[in-house]
Amino acid sequence: MESWLEVGKLDEIPRLGARVVRTLHGDVAVFRAGDDQVFALDDRCPHKGGPLSQGIVYGHSVACPLHNWCIELNSGCAVAPDQGQARSHPVKVEDGVVYLQLAGARAAR
Amino acid sequence: MSKEKLVLIGNGMAGVRTLEELLELAPERYEISVFGAEPYGNYNRILLSPVLAGEKTINDIMLNDEQWYRDNQITLHKGKKVVEVNRARRQVIAEDGTVAPYDRLLLATGSNPFIIPVPGHELSGVVSFRDIQDVNAMLTASRQQRRAVVIGGGLLGLEAANGLLKQGMEVSVVHLLDTLMERQLDQPAAMLLKSSLEQRGLKFLMGAQTAAIIGDDRVRGVRFKDGSEVEADLVVMAVGIRPNAELAKKIVLHCERGVLVNATMQTYDPRVYAVGECVQHRGTSYGLVAPLFEQAKVCANHLAGFGYSRYRGSVTSTKLKVTGIDLFSAGNYVGGEGCEDIVYKDPGHGVYKKLVLKDNKIEGAVLYGDTVDGAWYFQLMRDGTDVSDIRAGLLFGQAHLGDSGHGGQNAVAMMADSAEICGCNGVCKGAIVKAITEKGLFTLDDVRAHTKASASCGSCTGLVEQLLANTVGDYSASPKEKPMCGCTDHTHEKVRKVIGEQHLTSIRAVMDFCEWRSADGCAKCRPALNYYLIAAWPNEVQDDYQSRFINERAHANIQKDGTYSVVPRIWGGVTTPAELRAIAEVADKYKVPTVKITGGQRIDLLGVKKEDLPRMWGDLNRAGFVSGHAYGKSLRTVKTCVGSEWCRFGTQDSTGLGIKIEKMTWGSWTPHKFKIAVSGCPRNCAEATIKDYGVVCVDSGYELHVGGNGGIKVRVTDLLCKVQTEEEVMEYCGAFMQVYREEAQYLERTAPWIERVGLSYVKQRVVEDAAGRRELYKRFLESQQLAQVDPWAERAEHGVDRHEFVPLKQVAQ
Ligand SMILES: Cc1cc2nc3c(=O)[nH]c(=O)nc-3n(C[C@H](O)[C@H](O)[C@H](O)COP(=O)(O)OP(=O)(O)OC[C@H]3O[C@@H](n4cnc5c(N)ncnc54)[C@H](O)[C@@H]3O)c2cc1C
Ligand code: HEM
Ligand code: SF4
Ligand code: FES
Repeated sequence: MESWLEVGKLDEIPRLGARVVRTLHGDVAVFRAGDDQVFALDDRCPHKGGPLSQGIVYGHSVACPLHNWCIELNSGCAVAPDQGQARSHPVKVEDGVVYLQLAGARAAR
Repeated sequence: MSKEKLVLIGNGMAGVRTLEELLELAPERYEISVFGAEPYGNYNRILLSPVLAGEKTINDIMLNDEQWYRDNQITLHKGKKVVEVNRARRQVIAEDGTVAPYDRLLLATGSNPFIIPVPGHELSGVVSFRDIQDVNAMLTASRQQRRAVVIGGGLLGLEAANGLLKQGMEVSVVHLLDTLMERQLDQPAAMLLKSSLEQRGLKFLMGAQTAAIIGDDRVRGVRFKDGSEVEADLVVMAVGIRPNAELAKKIVLHCERGVLVNATMQTYDPRVYAVGECVQHRGTSYGLVAPLFEQAKVCANHLAGFGYSRYRGSVTSTKLKVTGIDLFSAGNYVGGEGCEDIVYKDPGHGVYKKLVLKDNKIEGAVLYGDTVDGAWYFQLMRDGTDVSDIRAGLLFGQAHLGDSGHGGQNAVAMMADSAEICGCNGVCKGAIVKAITEKGLFTLDDVRAHTKASASCGSCTGLVEQLLANTVGDYSASPKEKPMCGCTDHTHEKVRKVIGEQHLTSIRAVMDFCEWRSADGCAKCRPALNYYLIAAWPNEVQDDYQSRFINERAHANIQKDGTYSVVPRIWGGVTTPAELRAIAEVADKYKVPTVKITGGQRIDLLGVKKEDLPRMWGDLNRAGFVSGHAYGKSLRTVKTCVGSEWCRFGTQDSTGLGIKIEKMTWGSWTPHKFKIAVSGCPRNCAEATIKDYGVVCVDSGYELHVGGNGGIKVRVTDLLCKVQTEEEVMEYCGAFMQVYREEAQYLERTAPWIERVGLSYVKQRVVEDAAGRRELYKRFLESQQLAQVDPWAERAEHGVDRHEFVPLKQVAQ
């Protein structure tokens, strides 16, 4: 019975960019792809914890700003041959408003 | 709907590589079957030499075992030779009667070893050196017999001879000419090679023409034209290969020496493609793997229905795979009309290097004994770089130009497994070799992706290439033109040209015009395109912040923990107590954990939280500071020394001049970071000779130096010219920066750019062509009028890009 949190308007996130939602369990990056699809991942790169929200977004991927790993936005998985996964969270957009569900935030700690 | 059927004839290196590339692009498109005359999966033919030498086993050299075919739902008909193709019915028919229908057919039948048709060539004990069967025959013979004769002193022959010698046989090499490997080596290198092989125990019969192979049913010896004979229990014929176009000819596909293909690897029958050694493309058939893999890539692209890739031919280089002998050869190594040779000889150390130059460009190279710079020369050759300025040191290698960081270590084969190859990513030799063998890597890009070795600064590229060569064989050829990234086939130069000619002013427009393959590019091409657009049309282009690296978006340097550093601009490194006080207050107010003096005479405030940045900038702005651009591909700092104002040695006002230069150049975007320094006399306390643009004041004026940098590859500047006045220093500076901005590739610093285009070219543009220089300078100043806006002020006071600095939302969960 996770609940949807309203986090802001789609327009507040730059296209091909990301914004951060600050939670008690760390930052969550909310990405907006070129096609306006929205994704949410923990803002920690599986490599060395780089803030993914600061990377360059292209297609449905983001390049980490620290060492350029590529992370798939929908799964959080690093693109082969790199290995690792950032936790992803359900997001949806309704009437231009972005809603986020913090997946397993409680289970995690 | 059932899938289209693809049949591959020839289960060798080129054909299977094509399938691998195809499976990457369109895994579901075809139902694939493969016919191979050899009773094995796909193996690395190159490594037959080390197998023969006992350095590897057959198992080590398998590339795709039978499980691979099963995993990819490919039907493998191994040991079945195809004898007929019915092109009307679109069926392939094998020797044993197996029939397979096709929609597309791929021919990759390789080559046949050439057998000299002398009497006795069919005797038992006469073998060629082409496949596993041949190697097994040689290995068996080496256990039972004593004397071997190898006919042919080329690459293959010598590798065969070396292998048999290692297996304990007495080996004589028979060669028709007086020099070994005459297609790769000139005479002095061939002599060195011969004597070092003789020391290992090989015997040579030079200038000897084989007349007959003698024996009753087994070979007993070889007889020559002059009547002399040698005894032999095994004869290896290694005199060359011929494209195997037998089947293609039989089914009346247009062939010359090989099967003719166009730039899409299609034969004259549009349903039939061909790749590999059996192919003839623009009159050339290739006998090395690297070009064949390029063909494979192109062919897969068309089989997958993408239809945009073209094969344009390859430049190749060769190495000999005899452990302990280093030999490299590329291009026209003989010379000829209009060519000059430069030669380095040290017979005592067994080193010989020769470069053939034509019109100041490298035409060819032969290296013996020390091949560490082979990759570098090959690069210069392919790029057509004007080498006149580095000519004096060219033969001493890249290290001589300042490529440091490996302690002169070059013989990679001698290095221990634990030796670190890539200093940036801490990758040691053992890890790279393991990845190459276990993951079946072939190319530098593969190794970069899997191990990160050479993926950062690239200074170990040469070593990684050597490791690849030593581990899987030589793949050092590469496409004539390098595309910008995976999203396009166009080169950087081409894209820039189009932006100018077509007056394109947005990333979207460039991608549409050049038919980019991805919807919105990638992290490689977008920043480059953004830069090219800004550089080309500064008045019109809207800077696309989402295509900039975070540092340039946030106007601060991201640190490893996600915090940022702030470096205010301190003009020429000269400050005041009031400024220092203001900085100290800001540092206190925002609890900056570290305050550090930078190498460029600035003060760095490290560990700042992103959301504090705008307010902090506001405070710094009020004290008179602007952004120091310490984060950008842009002018960084102008470093100065005290100069004539104070220093007893000073000849000119280096400090004042540095400040003027910095006021002119700050805020400019460049392909890579750009650093300037001004020293007041040749003692050069500001280290001007390792900067992108360095001014050294002298009594009679100013020496201008360009293209230096510190860092991994320390490179000392080249002297551009000497001028008399400060005004000239400014004009030359603006003009130099502008050519660099307009012509270098994105992320190429001035040092590699100058090495690529040649100092003469830069001199011509900036020094000799006075009118051109003034034009460049004018364009520089024009674009500066728009660029010199303090990004900090915009963000601190005017709320620009607020979204960049504050969280979208803070939630209590
Ligand atoms: C000992 C040795 C060392 C080498 N060293 C190097 C090196 O250091 N660097 C380098 O770049 N290159 C080297 N080469 C060359 C390299 O191996 C070849 O260029 C490459 O293997 C050619 O690939 P291919 O697919 O065109 O042909 P192949 O790999 O020969 O594959 C062709 C396959 O097709 C099969 N075939 C032919 N006709 C039919 C038919 N009608 N039906 C079914 N199957 C058929 C053949 O049996 C063969 O298996 C070396 C070659 C040898 C032999
Ligand atoms: C021939 C050798 C050299 C002599 C005689 C010399 C002499 C001097 C003198 C007299 C000063 C001015 C000091 C002052 O009053 O502030 C100075 C400054 C300095 N020197 Fe040298 N120097 C030499 C070489 C170098 C070299 C090779 C370096 C570094 C690579 C260097 C680095 C510096 C630095 C960083 C300063 C301070 C400059 C400033 O910020 O103003 N010097 N030197
Ligand atoms: S470079 Fe010359 S003028 Fe400048 S500080 Fe050093 S000695 Fe003095
Ligand atoms: S932390 Fe993301 S790539 Fe290293």
